[in-house]
Amino acid sequence: MASTSDTIAQLRSRMAGMQDGMPRLPLETHPALAGLVQLRAGGSYAVDSASLALALLAGPSAAGGWCAVVGIPDFGVEAARVLGVDLDRTVLVPDPGDRWLEVTAALADVVTVVLVRTQGRVPERVAERLGARLRKRSAALVAQERSAGDWPRAEVRLTTREPAWSGIGEGHGHLRARRLLVEARRGSAPPRRGALWFPAADQTYRRADPVAAVAEVEVAS
Amino acid sequence: MRIMAVWCPDWPVVAALADEGLPTHLPAAVFSANIVCACNAAARAAGVRRGMRRRDAQSRCPELQVHGVNPDRDARAFEPVLAAVEEIRPGVAPLRPGLLALPAPARFHGGEATGAAILAERLVAHGVWDCRFGVADELFTAEQAARRAERQDCHVVAPGESAQFLRALPVDVVDDSDAGRDAVSLMKRLGLRTLGDLADLSATDVRDRFGAHVAWVHRVVGGAGAAPLATRTPPPELSCHVDFEPPLDNAETISFSVRQTADRFVAGLARQGLVCTEVLVEARCEGEAEPASSRVWLHPRWFSAADLVDRLHWQLQGAMNGPGRAGDVRAPVDRVRFEPVTVVPDAVHADGLWGGTDERVERGIARVQGMLGHEAVVRPVLQGGRAPRDRQALVPWGERPTGLRPTGPPWPGSIPPPAPARVLATPWAAEMVGPAGHAVDVDERGGVTSEPARFRPSPGDGWQPVGAWAGPWPVEELWWESRATGVPRRVARFQVVGVDGRAWLMTWDSGVWWTEAAYD
Repeated sequence: MASTSDTIAQLRSRMAGMQDGMPRLPLETHPALAGLVQLRAGGSYAVDSASLALALLAGPSAAGGWCAVVGIPDFGVEAARVLGVDLDRTVLVPDPGDRWLEVTAALADVVTVVLVRTQGRVPERVAERLGARLRKRSAALVAQERSAGDWPRAEVRLTTREPAWSGIGEGHGHLRARRLLVEARRGSAPPRRGALWFPAADQTYRRADPVAAVAEVEVAS
Repeated sequence: MRIMAVWCPDWPVVAALADEGLPTHLPAAVFSANIVCACNAAARAAGVRRGMRRRDAQSRCPELQVHGVNPDRDARAFEPVLAAVEEIRPGVAPLRPGLLALPAPARFHGGEATGAAILAERLVAHGVWDCRFGVADELFTAEQAARRAERQDCHVVAPGESAQFLRALPVDVVDDSDAGRDAVSLMKRLGLRTLGDLADLSATDVRDRFGAHVAWVHRVVGGAGAAPLATRTPPPELSCHVDFEPPLDNAETISFSVRQTADRFVAGLARQGLVCTEVLVEARCEGEAEPASSRVWLHPRWFSAADLVDRLHWQLQGAMNGPGRAGDVRAPVDRVRFEPVTVVPDAVHADGLWGGTDERVERGIARVQGMLGHEAVVRPVLQGGRAPRDRQALVPWGERPTGLRPTGPPWPGSIPPPAPARVLATPWAAEMVGPAGHAVDVDERGGVTSEPARFRPSPGDGWQPVGAWAGPWPVEELWWESRATGVPRRVARFQVVGVDGRAWLMTWDSGVWWTEAAYD
């Protein structure tokens, strides 16, 4: 029955919004990541790839929000622009030094989403304090991890696997398109997987398979 | 009251040449719609005349410099002249760029001719070589007298002799407007050669036949029609400075001491209903005439007193501690000066009724700037270029990007899309070897010496086999930079994909491998 499934979906979305005890606004998310991850104000998200981090920024930025990028001296401006980040509403602090936490907290007060690159493992207590600040200010944080698990307490952890470039051979052609498997883990729930063209040969960023957000049971390794 | 007229001939040409810093002795003309509207003496000597078409003017004088008409530029360039005259004799009435009138300097300056000489000296000191003075009982006569004076000289028409002076002038002096030109042509055809001939006609006939302008001239020649001068009030002085006695040598102390001056600066602007969005901050060292540190600061909204103090603090910190930079402050500072560069009416920047998110963002960013310094917070912008690093620029927050290459034209030799997500600010030293373990090089014909087999993108990474590669794409822009050995520099780019699927943009630079960007 359609009405029953509608009701269930509605209730599920309301539950998802109230998981931390308070209702949280969903933020605009890049269409390529639909079904894998939904950004929410106050959440922190860990990624292991620069282009995936840019894609997470692109959603809120294209919807009119401000972005801040902290501790990333090698920010690819053109790639960000192509992904849909509005450069006029982007603030970069390429080298905050050892004051990255204060800078991130100050910027989280005013922007919609902050992108941070970790320099090493972040203490649990620091992540918790910043998380509280984010929830209070309704900002989201994207942590680009140098090695997996640097950012504790990430709401969703996105990892990329099996990147496959096409258009390039042994001394001929050039990089044209990349197919990427992305895995989104949310707490102890089974991970969601999806294949993405990141980018496709026409320089768009989109899903490779129509629907692959079916949860699979992962055998713990 | 006696009137003095100051006339700078060919002012549009003088202003155009001064604007571009060109020498004044070369023939030059200002054109409007391809018609000469002003030319200088050198051009006139070559046969260029007002009203001539551009091709005719250039055929008579091929080396003629052509400038477009720009009334704003003329007025802007005339402003210092007004200010210079005002310093000697207030009550100046600007008539149009190139012509001003003032009450004639009298006894205080030792007479009219002496007063004119003093003014001429002052104007020549400001770089206005060609200025002519005329003194008469009223404005029209004074202007005509100035037009008859020699360069830097004064033509005085004695009191009561205006009519006699004017009667001798040809009717051509009326042709300073379109209506005037038609009237001059008509008067000549009617046999009126001088203003005296005109003055002998009856006032009604003149007005009916030649129009209001000539009728006014007729009245002036007859001894009536003198108009009072519309003198201007000098513009307010908006810049502020503070002197330190004894001079200070500590950025913190100086910043603390300029607080009141900054308040005064902002309040002075506010009295005029203005706010400043671009300010020049200068600090002068003890015993020096020129400011040792001078910098223009921009503000995304407008400068408050606290913002000014912050900017001064950052500027001094950089100038006092920066090693070996030009414009360093090496001695104690004895004067700090704020000069508004751009001001806008404060209504433009008034707070919205409900506030705005952008203002909140500006405050947050200002806080981070306060923590890390002005240059630490940047805004990314795109520009044209070939290498990924050349295609982007980071501009300090609140500053206007300058000197960007245009993105519009195609950049042959640029890397085809997709753009790399990581563009390394400083390239990593990389290594690339062939199957035999020798470093891969690019030969003079643009081919590789051996197939790339293994590489590592940075010294910290492990070696891995090459999965796929493309290149070499020679870079045709750096060959003029020779290396120390005297061999011309050769650069080529490669795209390399490792077996782990990660792709890199690498550069071979005369035998050395670098990693420039990562397609992460």
